[in-house]
Order: sequence, then C-alpha cells, then structure tokens
Amino acid sequence: MQRIDVHPTHIYEGFKIRPGRPFPFGAHLVPGGINFSIFSRHANYCSLVLFEKGARQPFVEIPFRGAFQRVDNGEPAWGEFRIGNVFTMTVFGLDHENLEYGYRMDGPGQGAQHGRPAIHRFDRTKVVLDPYARAISGRDLWGQPPDWTEPFQHRGRIVHDDFDWEGDRPLEIPLEDLVIYEMHVRGFTRHPSSDSKHPGTFAAIRAKIPYLKELGINCVELMPIFEFDEFENSRQNCETGEMLLNYWGYSSVGFFAPKAGYASTGRLHDATMVADELKTTVRELHRNGIEVMLDVVFNHTAEGNEHGPCISYKGTDNATYYMLTPEGFYLNFSGTGNTLNCNNPIVRDLVLNSLRYWASEYHIDGFRFDLAAILGRDASGYPLANPPLLETLAYDPILGKCKLIAEAWDAGGLYQVGSFPAYGRWAEWNGRYRDTMRRFLKGDHEVTGAVASSVLASPDLYSSRGPTASINFITCHDGFTLADLVSYDWKHNEANGEHNNDGANDNNSWNCGVEGHSDDPAVNVLRRQQIKNAIAMLLVSQGVPMILMGDEIGRTQGGNNNTYCHDNELNWLDWNLLESNADLFRFTKNCIRFRHRHSVLRGREHLRGRDYIGSGYPDISWHGVWAWRADWSGNVLAFLLCDQQSPAGSTRDDFVYVAMNMHWESLPFELPGLPEGKHWHLFVNTSVPPPGDICEPGQEALLEGQRTFLVGGRSVAIIVGR
Amino acid sequence: MAFDSSLEMTSNGIAKIVLSGELDAAAAPRFKETVERAAEQHAKRLVLRMEGLEFMASAGLRVLIFAKQKMGRDVDVYVVGAREPIVDTIRMTGFHHSVVLVDEQNADTVDTL
Repeated sequence: MQRIDVHPTHIYEGFKIRPGRPFPFGAHLVPGGINFSIFSRHANYCSLVLFEKGARQPFVEIPFRGAFQRVDNGEPAWGEFRIGNVFTMTVFGLDHENLEYGYRMDGPGQGAQHGRPAIHRFDRTKVVLDPYARAISGRDLWGQPPDWTEPFQHRGRIVHDDFDWEGDRPLEIPLEDLVIYEMHVRGFTRHPSSDSKHPGTFAAIRAKIPYLKELGINCVELMPIFEFDEFENSRQNCETGEMLLNYWGYSSVGFFAPKAGYASTGRLHDATMVADELKTTVRELHRNGIEVMLDVVFNHTAEGNEHGPCISYKGTDNATYYMLTPEGFYLNFSGTGNTLNCNNPIVRDLVLNSLRYWASEYHIDGFRFDLAAILGRDASGYPLANPPLLETLAYDPILGKCKLIAEAWDAGGLYQVGSFPAYGRWAEWNGRYRDTMRRFLKGDHEVTGAVASSVLASPDLYSSRGPTASINFITCHDGFTLADLVSYDWKHNEANGEHNNDGANDNNSWNCGVEGHSDDPAVNVLRRQQIKNAIAMLLVSQGVPMILMGDEIGRTQGGNNNTYCHDNELNWLDWNLLESNADLFRFTKNCIRFRHRHSVLRGREHLRGRDYIGSGYPDISWHGVWAWRADWSGNVLAFLLCDQQSPAGSTRDDFVYVAMNMHWESLPFELPGLPEGKHWHLFVNTSVPPPGDICEPGQEALLEGQRTFLVGGRSVAIIVGR
Repeated sequence: MAFDSSLEMTSNGIAKIVLSGELDAAAAPRFKETVERAAEQHAKRLVLRMEGLEFMASAGLRVLIFAKQKMGRDVDVYVVGAREPIVDTIRMTGFHHSVVLVDEQNADTVDTL
C-alpha cells in the first residue's frame, strides 16, 4: 500500500519538499527523503541549512516559511512549514550519506552578543546544531585539531537506525547482584600495552571481554559517551608543553549522538558505522552477561556561559534550555558555566527522549546521572520538592527496568545523599560510604558506628528504599585511584596547570608513611595490604559495589586526583600491570566470585540485626575482639551474617564472619560459636602474602583454631562457617 | 569507479555475485536486487566475490545482513577476497557475525559444497 502523503508538494531552488511530520524531533529517513523537525518557542525565523560533508558553504538553505513553487502546477505558493512551535519539513532527493545539516534561526532580543548577558541569543549569522542530532560530525577523529576558522564546527548527520540485534535485550540483572566497573572508553584500551588494533575505541572493548569476564564484573559504567568536544578549554601546559584536552568528557554537545572519536569507524566519516560499532559492542557485552550503563551529563552543556561558544541550544532557544537570571546571565550550579533548565517541560522531554532513545535503540541497561541534584531544581535554581523530571523518569514505561543512579549532589551546594527524590526507583552514589570507609581504612577512631551503617548500606539514609539504593564505592574517576589512596596524603595535580588548586582536598587518604613512590619494602607491603582491605570490605558490604577501572591491578595516576584533562599514560590503563600486580587481580577476582556465590551479601532488604526466623542468630550481629561485643569507639570491628532472606525450603547461605582490624597491631578476635556441625573456614586474610591472602571461593580451608583468630594489624579476615 | 554486481549460478547450486566499484547508498539497491535474484534461484550457498570492491558504506553493509536474512538460515553467505580496509570495517561494525569471511587464497574452498 502506497501512502498518499509521501510525495513532494513544493519546490525551492530545485529541491522538492513537503510539510514534515513533527515527531520525532531530529532528522529521520522517510520514503524518498529526510524529515527534519526542530522546536523553538521563541524563534520567528528558521531555515534548514544543508551542506555536503565537510564543505564550507551550504549547497542550499531552505526557509520554513516563504515563497515556494507548487510541484503539481508550477504556480508560486506561500509555504509555512510549521506546527505550533515546531518547524518541520521533508526534503526529497538528498544523498543522506554525504549530508551535514544545521539550522539558521532568528528571534526577539538584541541578537547574541558574545560576553554580554541576554535572554535570547538568536544570531542570524550563525548556523546551529540540531539538539536532537543523532550523529554529530566535527570531531570524527579524536584529538585531530579542528579548523578553527570554520564557524559551524559541530554538524548534524543522518543515521540508519536499523540494526540486527540477533535477539539481544537489556539483561535486567537484579540491582543487588551487580558489580559495577567504572570505565573510560578511551582509557581502557588506548595504552600501547593494550595491544588493540583500534586503541581507545568502542570496538576495542570487545577484545577485552574475556578479561572482564575473568574479573567477574557484570556491569560496565561508561564515562560520558555523548558527543563532546575534547578541544573545549584545551590549553598547553606551560611547563611541559603538553596539550591538555577535555579528556573525561563531562560536557555534552549533543544528547543523542555517540562520540564519533570513540569509534574506530569514526575516521570513515560514516555516522551509521559509529552507531553500528557501539551497538555491536553492547550486544557482545550482553552476550557475555555484562550490562552497560551510561554516565550521562544532563546538568549542563558544552556551551559555557555568555563567554562560551554557541553550538546549539543558545541559538535555537536559549530561554528554554538554560537557567537564567532576569538579566540573562547563566546560573551556574554545575561549576562549568551554565545549567540546563531540566524541569522546563521542553527540556524534560529532551532528557526523557534522550534516555528512551539510548534504552530502546542501544539496549542500554541503566544510567548514572552526573550532578543529579541539578535535575531537581526549577528554572530559578530552587530545589523542588517534587521535581517533575525525576518523577517522569522514575515512572517512564520505556525506562521501567533501567537502573537509575544519581550522583546526588551538585556544584551549587545541594547535597542530597539520602534525600534525593527517589520515587522508589532511584539509587545513589553513596558518598558517605566512600568517606566513612576511607577514614576507617586509614585508622581513624570513632568511625566504627558509621562503618556499621555503611556495611548495612546506610539504612539511616535509605530505610524506605532498601540496600540497593546504595551504590557503594571507595574510589571513582573523581579523586585518587585506590593505589594512590594508599600512597599519597596530598593531591599532586600540578600537571593540570592550575597550580594544584583543582581537585578535592578532603581525600581521607593515607600514604602509609612515605609520600609517593617508595623503595621501602615494608611500606609497599602495607600499601598492598591496604588495597586488599579496601577491596574486601567493599565487596562484602550490603548494597551495590562499584570498582574503578584499573584498581584491580593497582593503576596509579601519580597522585593526581583530578586527571580530567590528560590524554596520556596518567589515564590510560597500563595492561602490563596485570602481570606485575597479578596478585591484586587474583584477590579482586576471588572477592567478586565470593560475592556472587553468597546471597547473604546481596540482600534486597536491609538487615535488621534481629533473628526473625528462629535460627538463634540475628541476620547481622556486631563483634569486636570479643564475640557479641563491639567496641564502638575504636578502629576495630567485626560482623557476622546469618542468612535469613533465602526463602524457606531453599538452601540457606553459609555464615560469613568479617573481621576488620584497622589498628596497627595484631589482635586476637574471639570467633562467635557456630551451630552444631558447622565449622569455620578461612577465605581471606590480607595480612598474609599471596597466595595465602585469599583462596578460590568454595576452597576455604578448615581453621585449626575454631575459637579465636589472630587478625594482623591493618588487615581484614573473612571466615566462612559451614 | 561505478558499482557493478553480476550474478552467476554454478552447476552445484552456488550463487556467485561479483562486486566491483564503489558500493555507496545509491548503489546499494542494485546489490540488493542481485541478492534477491540469487534467492529466487534457491541457491544453496551465496558467495560474494569482493576483490574488485573499492569502497563499502553502511548501506552496503546492510545488504550483507539482508542477504543472510533473505537466503535463509541454512544458506551460508561467504565474503571472499575483500580488501583489508573493507574487512576491517565489517569487523569493527560487527557485521562479520552474519557472514563467513574468506581471504583470496582460500577462494577455491567455497566453490565446492
């Protein structure tokens, strides 16, 4: 059946067009042509600007309103290709493979003046990027210096969105079973030691899937992959001469386009191949039981403030997209210059459509929202009690089984860990867990109460949501790596060129006696032990653990705790570490296996410290050097888990006892008594050098002494009762 | 160079399509048509000789998948003699799962069932 509305109706300068369909926004292939649709509430003029790939000048500019010629009889006709505030037309006969597009808009106000505040920033002299572009050119090859004289840098491209998923679906692994691995796409395989055919790309991740499977993680959280400009704020480090780039990517140019520079196929300037490459990587990860989450940045855009570039949103509808003061200055809750006006209904739809797009078209399993507190602010920046955006996302049908994780703070002082509007769905990066465990690790006193709360996945914060609301981490991209956390007291960010003023100061780190590199074997043994302590404690805590890429093999950033601008060894994972730190890898891998094996570590309900099945043991109990008696003032704590959540009739999990001695001397821990017929078996003892530090789960050796266990200074012991 | 695709049916029921030139979005429909003709012949195997193919864009890649879907589950699609950059592209975009990549030296092996 042939549709009766897919033929051209008008001609403009030889190009056949017809009124378009407003949904979906963006540029889509339709029979015979391309449908373009863009929203602007305040624009009073809009034209579609079409270029051949890479061309300086457009080959045609078609206005959405003006004088055209009718196709049927050649007569002149006035055309208005707009519905409401949406400009939309279908253009026929275009070579979509060879096409780049943008818009030229005009509207009220004095016109955009760089450096001056304004509510509207329409500029008839500029071509702007479509906010809904599903592929963006201009940075196709990572790090290739752009032509700075080109006024229209970031251009929309057309994508084929068909793909053979071969039956793939999002994995829907229960949140409580996840072990998350925070990964930077480029950093993961860019180092020469990675031996990758196409280093630093989506495709290169596939060859490393066996490594990820062996490690045992089942979820990768990719740091920002939305198209961003690595040359934003690029500058030369005056001391080293090195070029500093926007390497991390927390600065979105577009919300619907994967970064072309992260694709090995980016250099072919074929937008569809970039999409295919990423989709294939997602499919392969899924095939191997690994979920894919995206770190998404909806709190600001790459356009900065009134001094920043005009790329897209400023020129299409500045007043809608940004939080502005009445004079037209940009509110800055992100610390980067501007703040996306997230609860404005149009922007809400933009965010929602973007997430739905990734979830449905790329089979993404979940999202971690950068500076998510901003998503709960209104147009003037006031925190909302019931933010429409967060509610919408929590209830959205397509996102219904996606993980939603909030970094529940922003750069404007709104700290919402524990109070983020959750609607029963959202989880949070538990910053309290991080700070508490770091302080415990370095031997602080009077932290054990907070440690207990952390081990329980913060019921004081999340009692109504359960332990899966707590994403536990000790390290992430912000801050020291784990190896550096135990090697530096102070940050050393001189290489960033900001006189070491950037980066967090409250690292709660301890260098084990020497700042930085040390040849002292005692220091290095202690550091190793501390790393293992951290990993062990993270993986036996209730909640959802997250590991930073490379911590499993001791990756170091030389004490730099804010490496956002380094495209070099500081950030690239050195695969040689897998050999030199094989014991750390083995330790991490076995801890992860242990977690997967023991359901008592992955409860869906908070443990209550009560015996509610009549086992004779509470589900969790606290101990110290004396069984059944914890000392809440010191730096020593132990806990015993008794599985009460496995359904009746199924096999109950083993008893798990964890002793954490953060005091510097060895201490004998009295072991709690076990029921008749069960005995204690040793799984982890971080004070013993490898291979005695850990064994394969299931191979735990029977302890000779069943009454007490000597736990070394600054070490963790995990003992299984079966 | 302009795109061309020619179909030849061998005596043992193998459909051989020889491709040459540049396979861009404009040329992809012709490739697709040729595949459809091969399917009509109920070929037992589809062999795509790509030694002469200079360039393949994403539309062309899709015809590879289309070919696999059209020929049926029991019919293998062989891509023979494709140049290194094209093989690389097929792998990077992940489309190699649907076809069997054979290099030029082993071309004879696909001629017999």
